Amino acid sequence: MSTLVKNIIRFILLILVQFYVLDKIHVHRMITPYLYFLFILWMPFKMNRTAQMALAFVLGFTLDSFRHQPGFHAAACVLIAYIRPFLINVLIPQQGADTNYEEPSVKSMGGLFPYLVYAGLLAFIHHAWLFMLEAFQFGNFWYFFFKTILSTAISLALIFIAELFFSRKQKFKTNTI
Amino acid sequence: MRNVFLFIRRYFNFLFFIALQCICIAMIVQYNKYHHSVGSGVMNEITGKINTKYNQIDYYLQLKKTNEQLAKDNEILRNQLHQNFVTPDTINKIITDSTPFDTLGNKRKWLYLQAKVVSNSVASQNNFIVLSRGSNQQMPKDAGVIDPNNAVVGIVTDVSSNYTVVMSLLHKDSKISVKLKKGGEGGQVFWDGSEPNKLSLSGIKKSASVKKGDTVLTSGMTLTFPYGLLVGTVDEIIPDKATNDFIIKIKSAANFYNLQYVYTIDNLQKADINQMLEKAIKKSNN
Repeated sequence: MSTLVKNIIRFILLILVQFYVLDKIHVHRMITPYLYFLFILWMPFKMNRTAQMALAFVLGFTLDSFRHQPGFHAAACVLIAYIRPFLINVLIPQQGADTNYEEPSVKSMGGLFPYLVYAGLLAFIHHAWLFMLEAFQFGNFWYFFFKTILSTAISLALIFIAELFFSRKQKFKTNTI
Repeated sequence: MRNVFLFIRRYFNFLFFIALQCICIAMIVQYNKYHHSVGSGVMNEITGKINTKYNQIDYYLQLKKTNEQLAKDNEILRNQLHQNFVTPDTINKIITDSTPFDTLGNKRKWLYLQAKVVSNSVASQNNFIVLSRGSNQQMPKDAGVIDPNNAVVGIVTDVSSNYTVVMSLLHKDSKISVKLKKGGEGGQVFWDGSEPNKLSLSGIKKSASVKKGDTVLTSGMTLTFPYGLLVGTVDEIIPDKATNDFIIKIKSAANFYNLQYVYTIDNLQKADINQMLEKAIKKSNN
């Protein structure tokens, strides 16, 4: 399957799962399960940064239209799409690993720990920015803080399950520039 | 000039990022103000169609609960029929009020319209309900929305041609004027964003006698809801140390988790009243 088709299917599937499955689950008021931003986490390494941000905006705006509150998710998605390349640069093990693999995964990031840091940090930033925008009026710092931490933990668990469900075979490509 | 272009080229990604964030924040601010966003009508239609498909399954799974609710609604209406009331006293005479049969609709103030819920959320800080009835099906703007058991659900904010977006009571901008049934003290119900089915009531003075379990009704002071619709029951009373008011938590009468059918209430005399208010404001300004 080509990268384009794969990403289009991913986009649709993640939005539908987010709105029709995860949004219907009410665990606790502190916990909002989010998974849709996995699309941004799994975007190819070799993508234009402007295109990454534009795609992230479209993803966020789509979820916003479903939830009828335009702007919130789009802002959070654009933020993590902007930060993503810096984080990859810091976490990738040796020079050129991002040219040998297609997209971020446990294998291409060189171990579970860097991938966990990558996913965890981006999830945390996404939730923090989203809840901050939402909570302009409900200004309670501890409530906001714990909500972010707990939701990040749930998101990481969901990402872990998604990784198990869809094993992405990352081919090692040599002689590619 | 050349330097400007070089600067833009060099920091294009950063500038693009800032621009996108600005667009997002502008959308947030504008939407909260006017409840209309760029192209909201088009997006309403698209998401509404997908929601309808999903709701067909969800509706099937909740048929039992919906049925029970509608049966309860029927029970209440049946109990109001004239034939259920027998007056043994011969002096009393039943006189049928003729206003309900006013066929021209001149005297009608509130018009009820039924609508199907296709999408509903309780999880976020700003919750919306989508109804599959739009301006093509005579959906009015700014109407109140109640559930089959006469409990307040929200207010219509956006109407597209086939779908309607309702701001649920569980929204941080939702404010509804209410009254305590027993004492008659007026206040305002809003949502503090913490728990679904738990609302807050402000504006009740400490001198008022409030007890747990008291009924809270709509006040009828606004143009959206008639007097006497159920909003909730008092659950917790906390005296506010800073002011002379109580902070009252109420349990909402409507169950936001399984809404399937709702009624919208349109105030047909709203235009009249608004016109008079405008006149009065103009006069006082001169």
